[in-house]
Amino acid sequence: MNWQTLVQALFGAAHTIERNGDVLSGTAQLQGQTLAVVGTTDHAPIGVETALAQAKVILETVQHHPGRPILLLVDTQGQRLRHRDELLCINRYMAHMGCCVDLARRSGHRVIALVYDQALSGGFITSGLMADTCHALPEAEIRVMRLPAMSRVTKIAEDVLAALSLSNPVFAPGVENYVAMGGMASLWRGDLQASLLAALADEDTTDQRAALGAQRGGRKLANAVTQRVLAA
Amino acid sequence: MTHRDPHAILATPDVRLPARARSGGPLSFAELSARERVAHLLDAGTFTEILGPAERVVSPHLALLGVPYSFDDGVVIGSGTLNARPVLIAAQEGEFMGGGVGEVHGAKLVGILRRALQTRPAAVLVLAESGGVRLHEANAGLIAVSEVMRALLDVRAAGIPVVMLIGGANGCFGGMGLIARCADHIVMSDTARMSMSGPEVIESSHGVEEFDSRDRALVWRTTGGKHRFLMGDCDRLVEDDMDAFRAAATALLGDSCALTLQGLLAEHALLTERIERFGDCHDALEIWQRLGVAHPEQVTDMEAAQMQSLLNDNAMERA
Repeated sequence: MNWQTLVQALFGAAHTIERNGDVLSGTAQLQGQTLAVVGTTDHAPIGVETALAQAKVILETVQHHPGRPILLLVDTQGQRLRHRDELLCINRYMAHMGCCVDLARRSGHRVIALVYDQALSGGFITSGLMADTCHALPEAEIRVMRLPAMSRVTKIAEDVLAALSLSNPVFAPGVENYVAMGGMASLWRGDLQASLLAALADEDTTDQRAALGAQRGGRKLANAVTQRVLAA
Repeated sequence: MTHRDPHAILATPDVRLPARARSGGPLSFAELSARERVAHLLDAGTFTEILGPAERVVSPHLALLGVPYSFDDGVVIGSGTLNARPVLIAAQEGEFMGGGVGEVHGAKLVGILRRALQTRPAAVLVLAESGGVRLHEANAGLIAVSEVMRALLDVRAAGIPVVMLIGGANGCFGGMGLIARCADHIVMSDTARMSMSGPEVIESSHGVEEFDSRDRALVWRTTGGKHRFLMGDCDRLVEDDMDAFRAAATALLGDSCALTLQGLLAEHALLTERIERFGDCHDALEIWQRLGVAHPEQVTDMEAAQMQSLLNDNAMERA
């Protein structure tokens, strides 16, 4: 879904969201409350500038609008793969973005993320995956690597990977796999505005993803291992 | 899964020859296994491992793929003392899947961080050596990296410092590079590397003109400890020597810097200015020159202590 259609479905005309380069930002009205909205579009590669631009919106929201809920709209091809970004320490820029999301949550802002198109590896870790809860549209694509590339890197035949991926959500791309593993809280179908309202109403701010993964059967060990470390 | 399983291996050999015993010189961080690093970093004999190899907490996904797995899933965690003060510690084994973060590996990291909230140690020390997400269990690894980040930031918010010690041959890349930059402090050796995407990935994506992954000097001055230190991306630069890492970690015990709005606004201003000052540079040598290093070409040969005085003498403003 393109971002204009999405924003229309979520807020109708009650928003000021604009596109600047690959970055989306603005505010929106939803049943009497104002939301800050920030994200990317066009499968944006997340370079130092893109990370910084998103962090800025979040910091300004924390600074000037205490408690205002934040909606992160995710569409990224992952981190920008350029020498210049590495030279400038892109991981510091991306971590800064993640720390800003964390600060917002800690300061009492509800942060909801929605993968509305594509979410790949690094660009996703420091945005959507740092939110209170992350959700996706059913047609969204989430992955680290496609199976052919994974087959080349791991030297495991693609048909073997494909067969295993039917029963194990751990390596194959797909939103359903991320839901099963607890990485996605839910898929938003039908009335998107109702889905957003439900996500905003959930007040739990602890990281429940490993427990959710165990409960849904897609990530059976993570929670148990962490609990064993705590009980040791 | 037993010892007889042909796919099972012990990832972290306990019996590599101690380098110092061989040479009489400093004990190299890079040459030691994860478990040896822990033993030499902490006060002698104080390390107690949690979920050690005997517990056989292994990755089920690797076994399913017919790939060798490890009895500790490539990360050693536990408690001990450093300079007689209690610490929690995690050390990644770069020899096993490049230190890649999978489901179990990530859950162990989350566990040791959450445990810090219960036991309130003087620090959580993370000896990071990792290429990032383990591709064989990519989805679980990706989620796990963000879980580690959130758990780490909880520890930091509780006023307990998290200190990253980076000195392994595989560097600290991808998701682990993100985790590192969430910590209170980073210590690197001058031979260590920290970055996001590996040079090979960038080269295969945009060609050898973009980043020649076989040009070792270029790779080192783009991602290496000295560049990161001059830019302020790591706080301390040490020689590849366990004693130097130990001294640096000891000095940082109890030294917490909580994330605040003011702190992040300052970080934001610094990162914005960095792009303005250096965004047009094509090579670290240009950046070092602009920083005020009189002879950038000599940086390669400098020792860690000389690098520190370079900063002090020039009152250099890192960026």
